[in-house]
Amino acid sequence: MTLLATLARVEAAAAGRARPLSQVLHRRLAGQPLVIIPLTLAGDPATPVAAMTGTSRTDQQLLVVSQPRNRDLRLRFLTSLASTVLGYIAARQHAAEIIPATRTHEERRRYADAPQILVPNRAARDYLGLLGRATRFQRADGPYPVDPSVPTLGKWLTFFADRADQPGSALLADLTSILAEHWATGQSPLEDASLAAQLAWIDPPPGMTGLQAALATEDPLRCPPAGPATDPGFDQAILEPLIRNYDRAAKAGSQAGTDRVAAEITTALRGQLEPTWETIWHAIALLRALPETAGAGRRWAADRDSFTSFSSYLGDGGLPQPRRDHAATAAARLDRLERAHAAYDAERALEDPFILAELRTTGEAFAGEVVSALPSRTTTTPAGRTILRPRFTVHTDDPVRIEPGRVLICPTRPSQRVQIADLPRAGTDAEVVLEVIQGMGTPARPRPGAVPAPGELVSYTLDPGYWAPRDFPPVDQTPWTHGGPPVRRAEQTEEPQS
Amino acid sequence: MTSADARLDTLRGSTAPLSHTARTVAALTANPGCARRAVLDAAGADKALIAGHAGFPQTSGASQSPFALARGAVFEAQVKAGGAADLIRLLRGKLGLALPEVSYADLEQVGGNTDRDVRYRRTRALLLRAARHPDQAGTLYDHPMLRLQVGGHLAYLEPDVVAFQVSGKFHVIEIKAFAVIDGQADDESVAAAAMQAAAYILTLQDLLTAESLPEAAVSTDAILVTPENFSPNATATLLDVRKQVSVLRRQLARMTRIETLLDQLPPGLTFDLAPGPDEDFTRPRGELAGALEAIPARYQPRCLKTCELAGFCRDEARAAGALSVLGSVVRDDLGSLDSIPTALALASGSREPSADQADIARALRHARNLTDALAGGAA
Repeated sequence: MTLLATLARVEAAAAGRARPLSQVLHRRLAGQPLVIIPLTLAGDPATPVAAMTGTSRTDQQLLVVSQPRNRDLRLRFLTSLASTVLGYIAARQHAAEIIPATRTHEERRRYADAPQILVPNRAARDYLGLLGRATRFQRADGPYPVDPSVPTLGKWLTFFADRADQPGSALLADLTSILAEHWATGQSPLEDASLAAQLAWIDPPPGMTGLQAALATEDPLRCPPAGPATDPGFDQAILEPLIRNYDRAAKAGSQAGTDRVAAEITTALRGQLEPTWETIWHAIALLRALPETAGAGRRWAADRDSFTSFSSYLGDGGLPQPRRDHAATAAARLDRLERAHAAYDAERALEDPFILAELRTTGEAFAGEVVSALPSRTTTTPAGRTILRPRFTVHTDDPVRIEPGRVLICPTRPSQRVQIADLPRAGTDAEVVLEVIQGMGTPARPRPGAVPAPGELVSYTLDPGYWAPRDFPPVDQTPWTHGGPPVRRAEQTEEPQS
Repeated sequence: MTSADARLDTLRGSTAPLSHTARTVAALTANPGCARRAVLDAAGADKALIAGHAGFPQTSGASQSPFALARGAVFEAQVKAGGAADLIRLLRGKLGLALPEVSYADLEQVGGNTDRDVRYRRTRALLLRAARHPDQAGTLYDHPMLRLQVGGHLAYLEPDVVAFQVSGKFHVIEIKAFAVIDGQADDESVAAAAMQAAAYILTLQDLLTAESLPEAAVSTDAILVTPENFSPNATATLLDVRKQVSVLRRQLARMTRIETLLDQLPPGLTFDLAPGPDEDFTRPRGELAGALEAIPARYQPRCLKTCELAGFCRDEARAAGALSVLGSVVRDDLGSLDSIPTALALASGSREPSADQADIARALRHARNLTDALAGGAA
């Protein structure tokens, strides 16, 4: 957390109400997201009990497993979930656009829309990934066949869970994480993991402080947990006795009996899920009130690319993703994520005054007044050519911590690039001497307005273009530590492109 | 009885001391700097009852789901079925422990007697004999009963299984029903299992060293037996718990030196809930809260997951404006500060920073100015 967010948290605690952080959306919120609230059986891995799904507050579907330890019932649940999720995905695979070829990319097709799955919290997000791991290797043939939609669901859930690690990706996101980007509550991050408590600080009911409202959500009878684990008290008092009744009815061979108990189980689980359902749509409504940045559209386009390419991977009979990444794949993925993260921060700083201010507290950006300028300064290249290299000096009291030489950009002058030439300090203040290296024109024809005039207030941050993707060596030049030669791999499993 | 024991008995009041389990012993290490917790645990006081009567019943983590408990019981029974056939296969195959001839001793009862002390003495006799004759064949001891001094009181601990093998080492086996999926398990579950195993290992070490046998006869690698992936099949993993053993040892030593903490408490302090004739507690709530406040606590949000008193301490910390309620990240960011009003006053400049607060005060004022500029419509 930056000091700005920390201060906001402290202020929220004192005020009894959340404080705003970033007030613009850096990722797309789809008009019709697929909300999924999964509930799981305590103790068992990936053994669903129920899921509430739907694409609007009023369109709500409840899937229930009356006896979660019964494989047939579980498969019936997974088949229904697959039908919901795959149907939602298929509806986004109709319209496509053609992206013309560029210098680096061939012409390609891209779906005009993409799916967006929203879950209440980080644990639910991880749970969908786990469900994907549990189902993607299941087989529609062989001794215990499952419906072919189940492994397909598994591959999609795995794709969503992997893609969710990409900064700014909107294909799968959890609401507590999104809310935390936009509001600081007056409680700890550990308590923020409860969506209801977090939202209570942000938008408490009339007549209550955020703290009072948040404390009220801690009573599991009034506010059942958002899952995926159910409330142990609910398990003990309600769910377990009902499931035992179900077993008894099933053993007695009474269809009417199992139907009746199944209906009771459904009602009980609906009671556990509905408060969270309302909370989620409340959170979505708050987020929809925030304006979206241009970057959100760009990131959504990248999501659509990723969605399109995974769709065609599956269309070509794509194998399930490996249990563990191959070492070279993992290294490339890690590198990609690190770069994406740095780029995400830098891009957001250009579009979001809050992020820019955050970077100013950490010294990765600065702002101040131009105190002097040499707009027609020139220098000579080693080849003897005279080039325009204007300089200007910015006075700032920000704690600038940028190494000289890094390329910087000003949010209001997107085509200009500057470098720090000198950074003398006087006490806590600094005089940053900047040299314009791009967007200033030539000595004969300087671009007007490229150099800010004395008295002007400017801000500079790292150029997001600084992070170019890194090339990894081809397999035959990959060191053996990362799966390259000399060991000849007998079976080369195909890995999906994401 | 020492004077410390008498003081602890007074603190606890009329209820019987709470018996410790490996789970509660492991939990002792969760917040070692908290005097309130150390004193109440040493006294064997029922923190859940006290918190409830003080008006802060524990809402999360108070109980385990019956589904999780049932799964744990089924898995343990499966691993131990048929003279622990499954377990022996794992020890031989997966961990390569040389167990040429395995005998199996169930210590759940001694001649029909299930008294803890009787079982403890039987366990102790068998383990000591095994330790003195390390050349004999390996034995799996099921339901052994061990004993540990916690604060002023004896705690009885029941490891899942203790294996004794030919090359002269005891191994503690911890059977847990959480799944290891593709070689990965939930961090918190593994950490809890490691700490519990450490409690058993430490107890075994003490049992041997009290008889001048080498501590090294107990392996500090605990054997974690869990279901693999989504199947009920068991797999075994070695966990190096040397660090956990030393952490636990330090905390237990601190609790035996509880006198220093007790000396700072007002005389006559008690957490007696004064149960009335109809089982209701008659201790005035305010008085009980006052007694709790007499021992300093060190609240941190993690306590909500590990300590029954957390709700009370959080409320107290909030009322005092303590920064700790906002979590460790905020605390780390604000360095030397510990109060919300101080942080806000330094940020607004209404308070003059002391010498060691100068840096953080400057950073806070800077952040305050940026926040004001954002709110002022610069956005």
